[in-house]
Amino acid sequence: MASFPRSARWLCLIALIPALGACSDRWGWYVVNPTTSSGWTNLTFLMSGLWYTILLSVTAIAISIVLGLLVALPGLSKNPFLRALNRIYVEIVRAPPILVLILWVYYGLPQAADIEISVFWAGVFALALSDSAFEAEIYRAGIQSIDKGQYEAAQTISLGYVDTMRYVILPQAIRRILPAMGNQFVYMLKMSSLVSVIGMQELTRKANELVTAEYRPLEVYSILVLEYLVLILVVSALVRWFERRLTEGEAR
Amino acid sequence: MPRTDTAPIISLSGVSKLFGTFKALDQVSLDVREGERVVVCGPSGSGKSTLIRCVNRLEKHDAGEISLDGVVLGNTRASAKVIADTVGMVFQQFNLFPHLTVLNNLTLGPVRSRGMTEAEAETLAMKYLERVKIPEQAHKFPRQLSGGQQQRVAIARALCMEPRVMLFDEPTSALDPEMINEVLDVMAELASSGMTMICVTHEMGFARRVADTMVFMDKGQIVETAPPEIFFTNPESARCQDFLQKILPH
Ligand SMILES: Nc1ncnc2c1ncn2[C@@H]1O[C@H](COP(=O)(O)OP(=O)(O)O)[C@@H](O)[C@H]1O
Ligand SMILES: [Mg+2]
Repeated sequence: MASFPRSARWLCLIALIPALGACSDRWGWYVVNPTTSSGWTNLTFLMSGLWYTILLSVTAIAISIVLGLLVALPGLSKNPFLRALNRIYVEIVRAPPILVLILWVYYGLPQAADIEISVFWAGVFALALSDSAFEAEIYRAGIQSIDKGQYEAAQTISLGYVDTMRYVILPQAIRRILPAMGNQFVYMLKMSSLVSVIGMQELTRKANELVTAEYRPLEVYSILVLEYLVLILVVSALVRWFERRLTEGEAR
Repeated sequence: MPRTDTAPIISLSGVSKLFGTFKALDQVSLDVREGERVVVCGPSGSGKSTLIRCVNRLEKHDAGEISLDGVVLGNTRASAKVIADTVGMVFQQFNLFPHLTVLNNLTLGPVRSRGMTEAEAETLAMKYLERVKIPEQAHKFPRQLSGGQQQRVAIARALCMEPRVMLFDEPTSALDPEMINEVLDVMAELASSGMTMICVTHEMGFARRVADTMVFMDKGQIVETAPPEIFFTNPESARCQDFLQKILPH
């Protein structure tokens, strides 16, 4: 992994900034000083949101990857009605800001549909819904980039629509759109912070709560920035590793 | 030699195909009997590809009638079935599946649409890879092979569906000259085994060797149909004479 040491060096550099700041009396690093017991408690409190941030984003992206495909396929149909359905879905779903979708799903939907929805699932649903429109567009571009000869070859060996998609078109399309999907995943990790507004106990919410308790926004939010930074660097490296693994076979 | 006493396996009568207002096929009629080898030639844009693509409904004709093994082609289940059971095709651009190994390119059809087990399909695939003389490439990916080898894989892939008719659309036009013969040899071997074939090609040496019937097309029409002895020595139409003049070595 050639990129890891370089990102690690950058991380050290960035970590230096607050360290320098520690010399100034504007900073009060004691709130997150791991050598004191209260500092350590605060740090673990901040990090305890990590699991929910990951779980929320991973669940949401898993759903939106499936949903996105189901939305994309009608968009590639010859049938104008199916294509219209796809357009309407994409245009409507990607229009509202994610924050608005979260509020609507959490406060609006239970009233409209007379159901109860947990903070977690409201967050997952809002994120997945919003992302599905973007995933659908990514799929569409990926599938359209596949040569028409591939469909014809599949047809001449009598593959039906589902087999053609599953064994011929999608495996090729997905290799091509993996970088774009990786980007969406990183974007989703960031947007998951918005779910803090409905009380989801993820990274951002934890930081907000600690700020309220300690009145040290500078230090706490600096840690929060670092948390997202590390998380996203790790995820990007994982995505790149996965991409390489998937393309290894045919590129050799 | 093709049998002349049976009904044709492929029959086109008055077939037309429009792209927008452009007539790519204009009232084309042609009968192909079981075992017959037809070579189609003609200038670029004359409708050769369209003609053979109508036979397996990669293009849908607009007028006239095409029947395959007695079944009239159209939007019917019987039509789809007779095409699936009867016709194989080889493309100019190979159209191999780049993400699958050679072996999996060959087994995909038999497994997914013939319901074979992986093991049965692999045996079948190896048989046809032997036949096109590249069994040792089975576990490579298409892009690791030369163009000639890729086209032979494509032929083997079509043969794995055990078709009764093979359609070739300029199978050597995308190849470097030194690779043309290895593909033509495989096709000639296939012809001598009795396969019914329609080949669009400008390889006139090959045509002389294997064709039972030569077809010359121009502007969407079949201008001349003749056995090669007559076709090459004494073609009727001026357009065909003209074309042969240009294409044959003097
Ligand atoms: N999908 C298509 N859309 C529009 N025009 C087409 C299409 N396919 C073929 N044509 C036109 O039909 C004519 C015949 O094409 P084709 O059958 O490919 O000729 P050939 O194989 O003899 O070179 C050409 O003029 C070509 O431009
Ligand atoms: Mg052509």
